[in-house]
Amino acid sequence: MAGRLEHPGYDEEKLRIVSEQLPCREVQAGALLSLMGQPQQYCYPSLFIYGHRASGKSHVVNTLMKELELPHATVSCVECISAALLFEQVLLAFFGCDAASLLPRSPSLSDFVRIYRQQASQSPAEQTRYIVLEKAELLRDADANLLPALLRLQELVSIFLYSEIVWDKFRPNTGCFEPLLLHFPDYSKGELQQILSKDRHPSYSAEFYSSYVHILLGVFYAVCRDLRELRHLAALNFSKFCEPVAAGKAKETDAHKLWKNIEPHLKKAMQTVYLREVSSLQWEQMEEHDAGALRGLSAHTHVELPYYSKFLLIAAYLASYNPARTDKRFFVKHHGKIKKTNFLKKNEKTSNHLLGPKPFPLDRLLAIFYSVVDSRVAPTASIFSQRDMSVKFVLITCVNICFPLQIPEFKVAVFLFLCRFVLFTSFAL
Amino acid sequence: MSKRKVKDTHLPIGECITQVHHILRKRFCHQQLPDAPEGVEAQHRHLMELLKRSAVHGESNSVLIVGPRGAGKTMLLRSVLRELAEETEVQKNLLQVHLNGLLQTDDRVALKEITRQLHLENVVGDRVFGSFAENLAFLLDALRKGDRSSSRPVLFVLDEFDLFAHHKNQTLLYNLFDVSQSAQAPVAVVGLTCRLDVLELLEKRVKSRFSHRQIHLLSTLTFPQYSERVRAQLSLPDDFPDAKFAQQWNAAVTTLCEDKSVRDVLQRHFDSSKDFRSLHMLLMLCLSRVSVAKPTITAADFLDASRSCLADAKANMLHGLSILELCLIIAMKHLNDVYEGEPFNLQMVQNEFRKFLQRKTNSMYNFEPPVIMKAFEHLQQLELIQLADGSSAKTQREYRLMRLMLDHVQVMEALQKYPQCPTDVKQWAMSAFA
Repeated sequence: MAGRLEHPGYDEEKLRIVSEQLPCREVQAGALLSLMGQPQQYCYPSLFIYGHRASGKSHVVNTLMKELELPHATVSCVECISAALLFEQVLLAFFGCDAASLLPRSPSLSDFVRIYRQQASQSPAEQTRYIVLEKAELLRDADANLLPALLRLQELVSIFLYSEIVWDKFRPNTGCFEPLLLHFPDYSKGELQQILSKDRHPSYSAEFYSSYVHILLGVFYAVCRDLRELRHLAALNFSKFCEPVAAGKAKETDAHKLWKNIEPHLKKAMQTVYLREVSSLQWEQMEEHDAGALRGLSAHTHVELPYYSKFLLIAAYLASYNPARTDKRFFVKHHGKIKKTNFLKKNEKTSNHLLGPKPFPLDRLLAIFYSVVDSRVAPTASIFSQRDMSVKFVLITCVNICFPLQIPEFKVAVFLFLCRFVLFTSFAL
Repeated sequence: MSKRKVKDTHLPIGECITQVHHILRKRFCHQQLPDAPEGVEAQHRHLMELLKRSAVHGESNSVLIVGPRGAGKTMLLRSVLRELAEETEVQKNLLQVHLNGLLQTDDRVALKEITRQLHLENVVGDRVFGSFAENLAFLLDALRKGDRSSSRPVLFVLDEFDLFAHHKNQTLLYNLFDVSQSAQAPVAVVGLTCRLDVLELLEKRVKSRFSHRQIHLLSTLTFPQYSERVRAQLSLPDDFPDAKFAQQWNAAVTTLCEDKSVRDVLQRHFDSSKDFRSLHMLLMLCLSRVSVAKPTITAADFLDASRSCLADAKANMLHGLSILELCLIIAMKHLNDVYEGEPFNLQMVQNEFRKFLQRKTNSMYNFEPPVIMKAFEHLQQLELIQLADGSSAKTQREYRLMRLMLDHVQVMEALQKYPQCPTDVKQWAMSAFA
């Protein structure tokens, strides 16, 4: 392998194990290691590692820390809903539970630094200590002084932060100690193929699995480069890929046949599993039954509604997307003459389908409703209850729900295709 | 390592490199104090006199050190304190209290910290005080020796001074300045801040008690001085164990600093910032490339380090987007061009994208709307697009107004670097009608 890790001060055997565990990340691991230096040397006080999801940020750092047995505290900022938890975890990792119990209730940063100094002077470090903070973007939501203060802990410890978001978005108003930025680039297509091919099925040959990965990447690579997501998809769909081979219909080398078999299946997976509309369990069950109704939520354009509710929905749709001025022209039989030239104002010319539905009052909804329905309907309780039902099913949303004395205003919450569907199916237009 | 070796000993190359790393890392990463502060001699003298008067003669004083981040405020103060500590009289007399605006976020915490740093916890005990002033007065009283006239001077160092001004009623600052004005205990207050307008933050009653003595650290460094500083930072001290290696190293550093490409790199850094920290970052990156196999810093190292220092992080992130996400970004760019920076929503972006697809006959990017939505939300998660101000959370996700947080140039540059970018997408990025 080209980029073997080597660095003085560390055991070579351990480094070899590390580099085996980090495929395609040798360059980054090497850069990180050379910045960290030998264990007893100083490391740069703070390091900010950024890169896309699943580009191996935490994997590289954790493997280095664990295999080389460096003193470190890894804290995920998702778990730390308060700064107190963060302090406790750091002290616990470095000095054991005695130190962590010294923290008072609701400790301030001042307490943390005091206890840290005290403990550090009792057991002086021979190696640099590392605090590793995952998902550092959440630190911005914590107290405003937490991040700058952590970055200034330099004299005590090195801080590693990692995040998907670039450093420019972290900088506080008056600035702070700037960390050293390190970018983890995304895996290239070849690297993804190499890594994905590693978890091959033992009963099939390596070439067979890597040809499967190749097909999978061909479908999903344009949409998703997240290694984790791709692995999930690969694991779910492999059994389907093997089916013809297992049934004896095709050989392992029969690439074209296998591709024909799997391609529609993967396309379907893109609409369901990738969007998380069905869970992997449901997906597997659907495989077994293999019913034609393999549909995620987004494919549910089919709604059954009572007769008047359909009209209500259509009326709501019309009211949402047409300006109120045009009602007279559209819904009154003898509306008189309207000049065509300045019928639409300039700002109304951009399609409302791009700008989204506008709210409308209840009166308008009902007025349009009565003019849309052919037969005469009385404003009975049944109509109103159907309106309430539509609100409940989130076909229509209520805009000003908090003021009960006002006339309620609504907005349609469904899209054109659903309205059109309702229209076409129910009235056979 | 502390043992001084006899001159002309030869260490193996590995040992030398380890030593180099040890010494230089201490300089770059641990903020080791230089032997003498450079470029700030006048300020150094001023502060030294001031603090000496407090420490020796018991005068009260207050002073603010103002300068941009990384200008050497802390370095100045620390080197003055180090010099002061060498005098025995000061050593046994002066008490120091170090507070940091980031750590002591309110006056109660600050007072506790002061008590602790003055070692007065047991004196205070369980006593209850009526007011903050009373408490502080008690603390200072406790420091007086036998007779009332000779009490020990206390030096208060307030790092991030501007943050103390945000405390409720500015009680701590008021009391400290009040004590330093009146003839109570001798107190010297030194504030460090990077805000030039810090005095505007102070309340009237606090401001009137401040001595209005400010020391400004505004760098007047010229480029020759800057490159001289680089040389000094990289060279090894005379007491390096292997004298021959040190000589070679220093000679290599001197020739390096005269190299044309290195000078260009330094000039670019000099133009963007002159402070120590950004310089240390650059040098640290260079140093990390030094190993046994390559025992000197080369011009190529400098170029690499500067490239990774100045790299545009957002362009790096764009490199890792999927084709679909990139297409959405391009659509947003076109919308921005057409509507002159007005915010857009997902529907508009989809519409723009669809227009592009319709012009292609054999399109391979026919994605369902939910898939596009997922890509859009990923972009939002990466904060490459952000919600526009007026858009409330109540509107549907498709119609929420967004803004693109990227520049026209950034998008185009990222596109050039994008691996295996399809030609039609590239052409579309050039012009909306391709």
